[in-house]
Amino acid sequence: MDRPDLAPNTRETRVEKLPSVDVVIIGFGWTGSIMAQQMLEAGLNVVAIERGGWRDTPTDFAPTMAPDELRYYWRHEMFQETARETLTFRNNISQTALPMRKWGSFLPGSGVGGAGVHWNGQTFRFLPSDFVAKTHNEERYGPLPTGMTVQDYGVTYDELEPHFDTFEKLCGISGKAGNINGEIVEGGNPFEGWRSSEYPNPPMEMTFTQHRFEEAARGMGLNPFPGPSANMSRAYTNQHGISLAPCTYCGFCEKFGCGNYSKASPQTTIIPVVMRNPNFTLRTNSEVLHINKHPDGTRATGVTYIDADGRTFEQPAEIVIVAAYQLQSTRLMLLSGIGQPYDPRSGEGVVGKNYTYQVMSSINVFYDEEYTNNFVGAGALGMIVDDYNGDNFDHSGLGFIGGAYIGAWTTNARPIESHPVPEGVPEWGSEWKRSVRQNFLKTASISVHGASMAYRQNYLDLDPTYTDHWGRPLMRMTYDFTVNDRRLTNHITPIAEEIARGMGGREVKVNSREGAYDSVPYQTTHNTGGTIMGQNPSESVVNRYLQSWDCHNVFVMGAGAFPQNAGYNPTDTVAALAYFSADAIRNQYLQNPGPMVQA
Amino acid sequence: MGGRTDLTRRAFLRHTLLAGTVLAGFPTLALAREYRGGHQWPWESGRADVPHYGLETDTFLTIGERQFVDAATARLIPSDDDGPGAREADVVTFIDRQLAGFYGRGQRWYMKGPFPEDVLDTQGYQSEYPPADLYRVSIAAIDEWCAQNRDGRSFADLEEAEQDEILTMIEEEELTVTGVPLATFFSLLHDNAIEGFFADPIYGGNRDMVGWAYVGFPGARYDYRDYIAHNGQAIVMPPVSLMGRPGWTAER
Ligand SMILES: Cc1cc2nc3c(=O)[nH]c(=O)nc-3n(C[C@H](O)[C@H](O)[C@H](O)COP(=O)(O)OP(=O)(O)OC[C@H]3O[C@@H](n4cnc5c(N)ncnc54)[C@H](O)[C@@H]3O)c2cc1C
Repeated sequence: MDRPDLAPNTRETRVEKLPSVDVVIIGFGWTGSIMAQQMLEAGLNVVAIERGGWRDTPTDFAPTMAPDELRYYWRHEMFQETARETLTFRNNISQTALPMRKWGSFLPGSGVGGAGVHWNGQTFRFLPSDFVAKTHNEERYGPLPTGMTVQDYGVTYDELEPHFDTFEKLCGISGKAGNINGEIVEGGNPFEGWRSSEYPNPPMEMTFTQHRFEEAARGMGLNPFPGPSANMSRAYTNQHGISLAPCTYCGFCEKFGCGNYSKASPQTTIIPVVMRNPNFTLRTNSEVLHINKHPDGTRATGVTYIDADGRTFEQPAEIVIVAAYQLQSTRLMLLSGIGQPYDPRSGEGVVGKNYTYQVMSSINVFYDEEYTNNFVGAGALGMIVDDYNGDNFDHSGLGFIGGAYIGAWTTNARPIESHPVPEGVPEWGSEWKRSVRQNFLKTASISVHGASMAYRQNYLDLDPTYTDHWGRPLMRMTYDFTVNDRRLTNHITPIAEEIARGMGGREVKVNSREGAYDSVPYQTTHNTGGTIMGQNPSESVVNRYLQSWDCHNVFVMGAGAFPQNAGYNPTDTVAALAYFSADAIRNQYLQNPGPMVQA
Repeated sequence: MGGRTDLTRRAFLRHTLLAGTVLAGFPTLALAREYRGGHQWPWESGRADVPHYGLETDTFLTIGERQFVDAATARLIPSDDDGPGAREADVVTFIDRQLAGFYGRGQRWYMKGPFPEDVLDTQGYQSEYPPADLYRVSIAAIDEWCAQNRDGRSFADLEEAEQDEILTMIEEEELTVTGVPLATFFSLLHDNAIEGFFADPIYGGNRDMVGWAYVGFPGARYDYRDYIAHNGQAIVMPPVSLMGRPGWTAER
């Protein structure tokens, strides 16, 4: 494939070359801010380039403005504007992809803090077996089916454990350990990988829905535990001396910034330390166009970016860290011609390969007498059951691998978004209106958060037709749920339904995941793959240290590294991988810059 | 570069002279800035990022279009024995202000072509019309259809049962007009009606918080720690908007 035209569609062609720095970071969200702190601690000078603006709690999400459902969720105030850049989408290769003109299924962030400002804070570690999905499942169940391109990560849970621990302490995660150094602990998740220590904060205070869920799940012999939460169960000060305040259960978490300093975000945990360091510079409203390759092709020389004043700059750097979220990081690699683009016909190439997502379903429980009062909620207030996640149960004869957690979260009663009605109620008119009123404060919701396995036909590449606001190709997503996904969700959703039926409501409504993947309804912003990690360059973009196989000074962060997605929210694992990579840069790469794994 | 200031606003004047592609590329008032580490936290007093909630004077709809929107949203969310509807919430004013602003212009949406005819259900909004224009062409097409098929009356003049029937036909794609994506319009109108009933009153709808009071949503209170242990009991409290609530305003 030809290298796409990189010239942005601007009237200014002059490129100003800036003085070189040690490290340039593309994007200043969760991974960008973690890497900035790590590189600064190693004594390097660091420039971070962020396409959105500066954001801080009192200015941008003060309590007097934050709970504004229309502005932040429905008018997308914190998200990337599709007018500037979006993706095109189709379900399969025989169709024509069309642009996502307004967001639906997922919501990429923009601005300082990235999506870390408006996440929910459900903070799970992947299971040890998730990192060796191919070897583990083949050993237990025989060869993977044809077309399934599941791989091992190339890094193990044991290697990542200290880094999970660092991130959880950074964030002050509220939770209950289920396995401390191999000892199973009552009240936690007995299936989780070992932890070197207890969570830094106790679990959140549970409410009615969680009590009912816990009782029902125990009655079925399952093992409920409190959801690990980046909403503070009490005041907390992290390892950098940054303080967070107790969560107020305000019900405006996901899709909103937190006005109380109660949700761990880059702003509330790490950006203050980075901003205090004189070796750091942040440039905002500045969009990186591409990474520049050295003529010899073995390394990058820096990045080219354009700022809001329309000026184009070249920022030379010794190390380039791509931290632009899974979607933009993959696109930047494609636009920069680093790594061979994936071709689903031949199965050759790697950039854009193994795009995966999350297979979600849910069940509503409607009550007659009891009130669930969902406005008393928090982003990660929930009880979880992990008995059907990963390989925590025997898959023999089931025809799929992977699993899902089943969770009873109470996150919100934001009325534009959440006004569930029972089966058979029309979508408008008097009957609908009455049913909304009757059920608004009397509904619990159980979600099934399913893994997504990689298949040959699901991938990302550059679109042949549609362009961004600079006139450069948009990224194209070709994605549909797979046979593994359908069997997985068909197996686990009924188990969640059984729990729901045990919760003492009047009736339940099952929202199964059926039909083709639909880009319209919000599902999750857990896009994964595209810059996958692995053990050799023929099947991955980066090695176990997130280092590009092609350009040894390019490191690609984010869930793009996941060869396939597990049945959990991604960020704890994304952050652990970032810390693991930072550790390798500091302790190996700086002494001897070059490939850290021989191809 | 290089100025040792902790907060450098680059080329402010030059920015104000910008036009065309470059400006369109960045959100309004986006200014490239450089923040040097080691100095103050780059917070500025008195610069809270207030919402654009629209003014009384922001209108897009003509009188006839307002009548349509009023009539149609009153069928989607009727005023009835059970409680207030779109009319009490003043949904039409909410929609009018939204259409007059960035939302109506589709300013933040990707609106570049081509716009092919064949669209998958899974591909979402594919109309070449931004919301305000879609209202305009769709209302004209529906009123025209009503004039021809319902004895010269406009939609707003029809009986409620007739209006329900026509909305259902549009929703189910039984009533179609070439070149006007009426089903897309219906779904947009439906979304906007719900927004106007339930959004914070600063945007002109949900007047006096009638939508919130009707379902029992307490609004923008932001702290429910005292109620976590409600244990299934009702929590009754009047709603609060971002601009407070009537009981808080001093008598004048
Ligand atoms: C609504 C929502 C809810 C979520 N809830 C959860 C949850 O409960 N649990 C969980 O684990 N995860 C959750 N997530 C996911 C979580 O937010 C992400 O995993 C995490 O933020 C990823 O970190 P990142 O550094 O890869 O990307 P981000 O934090 O998004 O940062 C990327 C940054 O790069 C910038 N950027 C992109 N392109 C460029 C460019 N060309 N030039 C300059 N800058 C650029 C962006 O503007 C952005 O600021 C949620 C996400 C969303 C949107």
